[in-house]
Amino acid sequence: MTLYPYMSDEPEEIPMPVSRFPVESAHIAMFARAIADPNPVYYDPDQAAASEIGGVPAPPTFVQASAQFDPDYLLRPAFDGPWFGSGRDATGVVRDPAQGGGLHAEQHYTYHRPLLAGDVLSAISRDGEQWEKQGRRGGALQFRETITEYRDSSGELVVTARSIGVRTGQVVEQG
Amino acid sequence: MALQATDLGIGDTHVQVLTDNLTRTQIVMYAGASGDYNPLHSDEVYTTQVAGYPSVFAHGMLTMGMTGRALTDWVGIGRLTAYGVRFAKQVWPGDALTATVTVEAIRDSGGTVIADLSVVTCNQHGEEVVRGSASARLDP
Repeated sequence: MTLYPYMSDEPEEIPMPVSRFPVESAHIAMFARAIADPNPVYYDPDQAAASEIGGVPAPPTFVQASAQFDPDYLLRPAFDGPWFGSGRDATGVVRDPAQGGGLHAEQHYTYHRPLLAGDVLSAISRDGEQWEKQGRRGGALQFRETITEYRDSSGELVVTARSIGVRTGQVVEQG
Repeated sequence: MALQATDLGIGDTHVQVLTDNLTRTQIVMYAGASGDYNPLHSDEVYTTQVAGYPSVFAHGMLTMGMTGRALTDWVGIGRLTAYGVRFAKQVWPGDALTATVTVEAIRDSGGTVIADLSVVTCNQHGEEVVRGSASARLDP
């Protein structure tokens, strides 16, 4: 991947719009553990209440967990229907490898105010810019920007996320 | 503790070890918390036999999240105004990750003092896995 050194073999994981994303302290604690962050402000609501921002804060990348509140999120097994991970067989869904895959190339956040436990967000996504580059191994790489606005229950903008995904016309080899 | 502008100078750096041995269980924890259950990150059978990778690998967003800790540990909780990265390389179980944050500029934005930071996280081979930037509000 030397031509596009910032492109990873990371599948796209862009959350879709969600109508209701309650930000809860237990979820924040679980997320903070998951990113190996031991800061007590994520685990102790009393300490958080006494801190500068006066509540349990969300870690900087927490809004990515809005995927939990997208009823149709594709990277979570549905209650019924096949799943592409392993079970009885190595995969439950045979996909056409010629389709290539989507990769997560960049992720950017703008914070308009601190996000705290107790906030209830909604998210709306829109397409941003699109562009194309020629891949080093042949085949076009299609870059697509998605902008997601996370607003609180009063409609105030809290976080703006800008995600750049890239689609390849072929299976992506490891760099 | 939030940083004061008087404590910071351009070129100042903060280096933080994020993990010395990333475990598969840590990656599973991230899948559970984030809701991204892509089997490439937790399902060794699928990932090696179907997808053709040598093993499961971390979500890019796990690396970005761990790197964010280096920012909040340095500039304080609730102080970031922006944070973004490009994903440069995959992160594998067993990797050791170290983040380096550098002050690139200190500016006044409508009476608020903002530090512009670059951030890069490298693996044990010195290879960049994510690179990006952040901005943080400082105390005057």
